[in-house]
Amino acid sequence: MYDSSDLRKGLKIVLDDEPYIITDFQFSKPGKGQALYRCKLKNMVTGYTIDRTFRSGDKFEPANLEEVHMQYLYNDADGYHFMDLKTYEQVTLSDEQVGEAKNFLKDNMEVDILFFRGTPISISLPTFVELEVIEAMPGVKGDTATGATKPVTLETGHKIQVPLFIEEGDVLKIDTRTGEYVERAKK
Amino acid sequence: MSTPLLVSTLAPEANIEAFEIETQPGKTTRYLITSPELNMKRLLASGLDKIFQLGPVFRKGERGRLHLPEFTMLEWYRKNCDYKDLMKDCEKLLPCASQAAGNSSQSVNLDGCQISLRPPYHVVHVDEAFQKWAGWSPLEICDPDRFDHDMAAIIEPSLPTDKPVFLFGYPAWQASLARLSPRNRKVAERVEFYVKGIELANGFSELVDRKEQEERFEKETKKMLEKGIAPYPRQQFFFDALDLLDECAGMALGVDRLIMVLTGAEKIDDVVAFTPEEC
Repeated sequence: MYDSSDLRKGLKIVLDDEPYIITDFQFSKPGKGQALYRCKLKNMVTGYTIDRTFRSGDKFEPANLEEVHMQYLYNDADGYHFMDLKTYEQVTLSDEQVGEAKNFLKDNMEVDILFFRGTPISISLPTFVELEVIEAMPGVKGDTATGATKPVTLETGHKIQVPLFIEEGDVLKIDTRTGEYVERAKK
Repeated sequence: MSTPLLVSTLAPEANIEAFEIETQPGKTTRYLITSPELNMKRLLASGLDKIFQLGPVFRKGERGRLHLPEFTMLEWYRKNCDYKDLMKDCEKLLPCASQAAGNSSQSVNLDGCQISLRPPYHVVHVDEAFQKWAGWSPLEICDPDRFDHDMAAIIEPSLPTDKPVFLFGYPAWQASLARLSPRNRKVAERVEFYVKGIELANGFSELVDRKEQEERFEKETKKMLEKGIAPYPRQQFFFDALDLLDECAGMALGVDRLIMVLTGAEKIDDVVAFTPEEC
């Protein structure tokens, strides 16, 4: 267990049965009054940030999170299925837990799954992924304005904006942090 | 004055924890002072009438933007004076110190805020501030937890910033060494000195009634026990001195924070040679 004096930026603790990371920490204490430990905490499952003030003597359970490298298999009515490549153990994440990551998730892709108390809670994709364009309108000839873009559909079904020269069958490198096109990987 | 840093007992304060020192194996515990208050009052009782001490004090577990477990305190006492004289002292001290630090004596710049140092400074009454900004009266409701929380979260950030501020008139339950106001026994003659929401100093018209002081120490010692802090031995020297002590007033000012204010430092780490993490 941690107590209030252990609190600091970056510490991971359990609050209301959910894992949080302290993103901002302030110790305040009126000279004659009691110490207050004011924290901003980010929920490691939902990403939401909350403010909490703790007092001396408060106790906290460390949030032990484990990251496991896994391979994405497929999705069905039960959710998204992943497999640990070492143990061949399989886990399932819900639509909600996978969230935006599903836009860039392709069969056999290797990802990191975050576990809290033995249960998978979220997924983190590689920073860059390569996905094929399955549908693209031909670029309009003569339109060379810099920065002009058009929408294309990726093999995951997700649509993104890309430069006009991209064609069907191109493989694109995409930054999963921003969801944006980086470059054409290969033809 | 220079009173000892290592002492056998301290004023009980449930919210201030002292470092315990074992000077010899098996001998009674001694403490690093959290303030030189008790021994300075003994010197006043012995006949001195205007004294100050500048030196380190130690408080366990206090570390933050404005806190160090070891910091420098300027503490001064005056005989036949009360909190109003302490306020005047602060109004003289701040412009002087500002000039000594190479600033103008008229103003300092803190966080892009121009703060005038020309007296008189603002006086904000604790009860009025709580009623106005926090929506309750600490003179009517005794709730130390809520008081401390609202003070840090609501009152301090709401204080005026164009000039230093005296926060005055603490509820009687918020001052274990201050005299109660003769006009209103719910109010203690305790004053806190703030510059831009930073607490610089705390002062009292001192309580010199031995019986009342012993009772308050007993109450505070109970609070320490409830929090699981070992109580200090009886403050016999101090109680005996109170029999001889006349009306007086005393103020304790955090020197590191004063330097922060005068130099525009963002955190206390910037005004000490080494932080505890560095030595």
